[in-house]
Amino acid sequence: MAKVLVVTSGKGGVGKTTSTAAIGAALAQRGEKVVVVDFDVGLRNLDLIMGAERRVVFDLINVAQGVAKLSQALIRDKRLESLWLLPASQTRDKDALTEEGVRDIIADLRTKFDWVICDSPAGIERGATLAMRYADEAIVVTNPEVSSVRDADRIIGMLDSKTVKAEAGEQVKKHVLITRYDTGRAARGEMLSIDDILEILAIPLLGIIPESQDVLRASNVGSPVTLNDAASMPARAYSDAARRLTGETVAMMVPAEPRRGFMDRLLGRRAA
Amino acid sequence: MDSKVESPRQLMRLRGRSYVMFVLSPAMPIVNWLEDIDATLARSPGFFVGRPIVLDLAAVELSTHGIAHLVSNLESRGVRVLGLEGVEAGLLDASLPPLMTGGRPSAVELAETEKVVEDKLPAAPPSLLLQNPVRSGQRIVFTEGDVTVLGSVGSGAEIVAGGSIHVYGTLRGRAMAGINGNSAARIYCQKIEAELLAIDGYYQTAEDIGETLRRRPAQAWLDGEMMRITPLN
Repeated sequence: MAKVLVVTSGKGGVGKTTSTAAIGAALAQRGEKVVVVDFDVGLRNLDLIMGAERRVVFDLINVAQGVAKLSQALIRDKRLESLWLLPASQTRDKDALTEEGVRDIIADLRTKFDWVICDSPAGIERGATLAMRYADEAIVVTNPEVSSVRDADRIIGMLDSKTVKAEAGEQVKKHVLITRYDTGRAARGEMLSIDDILEILAIPLLGIIPESQDVLRASNVGSPVTLNDAASMPARAYSDAARRLTGETVAMMVPAEPRRGFMDRLLGRRAA
Repeated sequence: MDSKVESPRQLMRLRGRSYVMFVLSPAMPIVNWLEDIDATLARSPGFFVGRPIVLDLAAVELSTHGIAHLVSNLESRGVRVLGLEGVEAGLLDASLPPLMTGGRPSAVELAETEKVVEDKLPAAPPSLLLQNPVRSGQRIVFTEGDVTVLGSVGSGAEIVAGGSIHVYGTLRGRAMAGINGNSAARIYCQKIEAELLAIDGYYQTAEDIGETLRRRPAQAWLDGEMMRITPLN
């Protein structure tokens, strides 16, 4: 039974695309057949993060308008056989998407994949509402700061009212993914705590991704962080999140400040 | 052939029918009595609509001119006089309503509209129950009565109620109670972090709410023109 998952946030720059790529790759590594769909028409990024930007021929809009077949637009990942990308168009804007077009594409993808992961654009307008429209589950990405959490709250309200599932009286299953969690700043009380975020959003926690240079490094080489350096802290956190999505129970790892070694303490050097 | 065609003739038929009529009995001085009528009309302007009346003049002594003046005064207030009673037939001329006799008192339900209101009062006032959290950007408007939220009200969400507002989670958004001029409405919440509280148009923003109250169970109510926020328990 295929699952349609939307990765959304309201606010921009919190890590939707990074998370889409990382979780998509982590699920594919576990043998699931996954397609990641870029809904950010006009400002596409997912192809870059996936390292497929030089192989894009047709895109979501072409398929929606019947110019190309779905099989022509889908790009297979070079590292993982079961991971596919459906890119967005960079030359059009969100108005080029129609509800019927999206519905038909999602229905088609459901028959071909185990997971259809929709990377939502920021905002609450057409692009974002269409990305979530046919979702079964949602990952709400937020950073531990107030503006991002409030926007996430707004998006949860929309998931509960503007999706096909909500209109049918059902619930979209929602998870919160906290990204860019900085242990040092958390310890100094400069960020919202995990408990505060969960209390405000009142939905289950899928994972906590630590702030890390590994994420930036992976993006720059066009590789999902879970593939680029599977042993890194963010990669492990994303893999755990993917396992939770498949129904596994995995203990939550709250990132801790790196322990300072004996010599560091002795010499009073700052740990990175 | 001779034939006789009779044109069908309709016979005039008289039938009897009785109606219940309202009777007005003017008292002296007429000026004061007319003021009472005006007061009644001020309270319920539609009182005499569709209700023609009979004027009982037994308690007053008026000339033909006086009667005509009174009738026209009533007509100008929208009261239609269908007949007169308790007056000598000789005093009336053709321009005045006819004399009526043989009326019998009957019980009439007067205050129909007021009664409907009374019937409705014992029924429970309507209230709206929200089982899910109210999220940022959502606006709940319920002018008919109270709003109860079992979850939290997010920052940037808004609850507008004709009656009181009860929030069993944290109130982080805006709550406006008693918007139809109900100054007795109150706002209750389990944890107060509200952006704005308003009752019957009087409001306080987050800045006005004392720091000592924040994150505690509290209620807001109107004390005259002052909004008071006091801790619960």
